[in-house]
Amino acid sequence: MLQAFADTGAFNDKLEREGHLVFAGGLAPATTATTVDGRGGTPVFTDGPYLETKEYLGGFWIIEAPDLDQALALAAEGSRACRGTVEVRPFQTEESFQDLLTT
Amino acid sequence: MTDRAVEEAITRAHREEWARVVGRLARRFGDLDIAEEATAEAFVAAVERWPRDGVPPNPGGWLVTTATRKAIDRIRRESQRDARHQAARMLSDDTPPDPTGPVQDDRLRLVFTCCHPALGVQARVALTLRLLGGLTVAEIAHAYLVRESTIAQRITRAKAKISAAHIPYRVPSADDIRERLAGVLAVVFLVFNEGYLASGGDDPVRVDLTDEAIRLGRLLRTLLPDDGEVTGLLALMLLIDARRRARLSRTGELVTLDEQDRGAWDRALLAEGHALVRERIAAVAAGGEPAGRYQLLAAINAVHTAAPSARDTEWSQIVALYDRLAMLDPAPIVRLNRAVAVAEVDGPSVALAEVDRLTAALDGYHAFHATRADLLRRLGRSGESRAAYDRAIALAGNPAERTYLTRRRDQLAG
Repeated sequence: MLQAFADTGAFNDKLEREGHLVFAGGLAPATTATTVDGRGGTPVFTDGPYLETKEYLGGFWIIEAPDLDQALALAAEGSRACRGTVEVRPFQTEESFQDLLTT
Repeated sequence: MTDRAVEEAITRAHREEWARVVGRLARRFGDLDIAEEATAEAFVAAVERWPRDGVPPNPGGWLVTTATRKAIDRIRRESQRDARHQAARMLSDDTPPDPTGPVQDDRLRLVFTCCHPALGVQARVALTLRLLGGLTVAEIAHAYLVRESTIAQRITRAKAKISAAHIPYRVPSADDIRERLAGVLAVVFLVFNEGYLASGGDDPVRVDLTDEAIRLGRLLRTLLPDDGEVTGLLALMLLIDARRRARLSRTGELVTLDEQDRGAWDRALLAEGHALVRERIAAVAAGGEPAGRYQLLAAINAVHTAAPSARDTEWSQIVALYDRLAMLDPAPIVRLNRAVAVAEVDGPSVALAEVDRLTAALDGYHAFHATRADLLRRLGRSGESRAAYDRAIALAGNPAERTYLTRRRDQLAG
């Protein structure tokens, strides 16, 4: 575990050095989560994460990369460092938002 | 020029130039939809104009120019409606002049984009057939026995992912080729296999798919002539396809290798396949990388097709090749095929013992039960053989194969 923290720290330093890092953060365990639904008249607060799954989000990196291949290569390194699976998703851009509205 | 000659020129251009034109436009406009639709429009224009004006001296160049104009027209029309299109950027061609060398080929970029690991395998197959093969959505849907809307959706989703997830449209690096070529070859072989032994439907063989796979194999070999597995896959497909005519009887029944009329095999395809296998054997002997999966499978098929009759087959060579294949890929199916060869060398009881060890892994696979049935028949265990044939018939999706298995079952003594 300690080694994973150290490796992840080193990976974060590399991201920063190479100009990819925007922001990174670890999340406290899912047991600390409270789910809030404010869609009704009175907000409903529920103990626990929104999705009850075996896996939960342990943290995230927000990076800049020119294309998916580069992002995937970095994610592979991050995954090795933190000993976890990494899901890669692009941020929504103005163009993708427009597409969402027009289709 | 006769109408027929023009028609042939258009068919040839479609076969030879489609992927190149789509690839070229995708590079310039960075958008697969625009590239594909403009290419289709250029072919429509060719159908209208070539019969009247004659076939241009350089059909590929004509198609690229026409498709580019169509694409620009389309971008202009859309940019008037929609300000987010930075039309000016796309209207001037600032791409560098055509670089030289096979790896720079636009079609290669297209292959690697279509077969990107971030896309699902079915999406890769559909996109490859559409963008590289120029098959229509209806043709792909027919080949895979799914609804047109399903294929259309797969293609649309794959393109949307390519664009939204920023899958790059770039020349693959040496690393990319090493990492992704296996996936590309798997897609091509998947297309071939689906054509050669259709998994369902009424047509036992889909020539459109086998032809398309071989064409893609030839294209890959043009682009990567020094890659052993690319050559191996092409050789493998040619050697299997050469036997196609002998593989179905007049009544539509599957004819197995040992019963095939070897005179009906396609000599030209066999010669080409054998030459490619010899080329690889020489390359490996000269210190190249050891043969991979497709090269070994091609070599096995070369041994089969080199024998003047089934009895003359050098089975010990085939067992040795399967041994090497099993070291690379210890999959149960490889071991099943190896056992078939072992039966010829060491007898059916040795082979049956090997096959029975695969029961847990292959119980749902028709060829496993068909192999068992045949070995049991040769050992005179008719009752068990019949039960195994029944299982195989129930699991087989291909009509020619079902007919064959039914006849073998009904021929059992007792």
